[in-house]
Amino acid sequence: MIQPTRSPLAERICRLAERVGEARIMEVCGTHTVSLFRSGVKSLMPAGVRLISGPGCPVCVTSQGYIDAACEIAGRPDVTVCTYGDMVRVPGATGSLERRRAEGGRIVVVYSARDAVRHAREHPDRQVVFLAVGFETTAPASAAAVMEAHAQGLDNFTLLMGHKLVMPALNAILSAGDVPLDGFLLPGHVSVVIGMEPYRPIVERFGKPCVVAGFEAEQLLAAIAHLLEQIADGRPRLENAYGVAVRPEGNPAARACIAEVFEPADTVWRAMGTIPVSGLALRPPYRRFDALKRFGLAIGPDYDPPGCKCGEVIQGKAVPTDCGLFASRCTPATPIGPCMVSSEGTCAAWYKYGHTNA
Amino acid sequence: MCLAVPGKIIEVREGDGPVSRVGTVDFQGTRVEVGLSFTPQAGVGDWVLVHAGFALNVLDETEAAETWKYLQEAELVDEIPGELSP
Ligand code: SF4
Repeated sequence: MIQPTRSPLAERICRLAERVGEARIMEVCGTHTVSLFRSGVKSLMPAGVRLISGPGCPVCVTSQGYIDAACEIAGRPDVTVCTYGDMVRVPGATGSLERRRAEGGRIVVVYSARDAVRHAREHPDRQVVFLAVGFETTAPASAAAVMEAHAQGLDNFTLLMGHKLVMPALNAILSAGDVPLDGFLLPGHVSVVIGMEPYRPIVERFGKPCVVAGFEAEQLLAAIAHLLEQIADGRPRLENAYGVAVRPEGNPAARACIAEVFEPADTVWRAMGTIPVSGLALRPPYRRFDALKRFGLAIGPDYDPPGCKCGEVIQGKAVPTDCGLFASRCTPATPIGPCMVSSEGTCAAWYKYGHTNA
Repeated sequence: MCLAVPGKIIEVREGDGPVSRVGTVDFQGTRVEVGLSFTPQAGVGDWVLVHAGFALNVLDETEAAETWKYLQEAELVDEIPGELSP
């Protein structure tokens, strides 16, 4: 934890806040949301500086139709579903993957898509389906897994495609224009892959300041100070405040792997509808790895669980305390929406760090 | 899901396929096999930023140590790769 009174950066932020008056900054990444709370940075913000969580929790932006499809596949006796742990407890129309497991379904939590491929290789009698969710940080792993399965001629491995791309969502939020925003704290690890250039339209087309941020308290404070400087000067720029990890060009090898296996495709986001070319689909040579095709399924309609405002929370239109279920019927032990399930979800972070509007 | 963790490469195995470069990476004592195809420049002794089983970047040692300290202080150790799969 940082020492609030001793941090020169915090003092600089206070001085800048006096100059700008009001500033609404969206932190795009779910890990930033958690880090801002955990490090104490959020509570250091002077009145007027509001940090608004954006669409950066991968589980939270996954449409309900996808969750239902995953649960349906997991109910098949010949299938093992391999997934990142955060997906297991997201409630679907007929219960979560956790419930499928209690009913005898095989759900394996993996750390990497590589583990799912290995699982398929070691269990040739099972159909292994990997839940390919997440942003540009997890997409390279999914792409590499497909290439590996392809090279090994595995015919019992498929992906349920749910990957999302960060920029098209930000574009949609900015184009809709119904959430007033003065600047963006951009995701550190997504940028390790995509680099800086994809963000340029936020500055050039929408005139919003942009700073890529790391995850430590000092890094977050520095990034916020840079944003406030830009806002105060009225000169939006694209800045990299996480240069130790983010290269301007990102990671071209990871992007080449994504481009070999996947192509950009329209995809449905929770509550945001279909956003053009905001997701990834398997390219023709790899389509046999598509779980929907293998099982003859389609992704059903998207909806929020009754009373749940996750759809508005992920767009910065509502805060968790706007939801009537927050901290009453919906808690981390009894989550109703994904924003309470995921460790990166905004509702979970607000619950854990004291339910305030800070 | 979007948090990357630094680790030190202690072994590299080059393969024939396009994504078959793998290695053993040490995360503060926990050793995990990690895909290294996206960091062709990284070798034994280098620190890499690992995400979902793949190294995405090379870090210098100071930055790696600071990041590690932060992860521990912030109690993000559950994000650190372990033997999750049975
Ligand atoms: S508190 Fe629960 S029900 Fe309300 S928006 Fe958050 S996750 Fe949904």
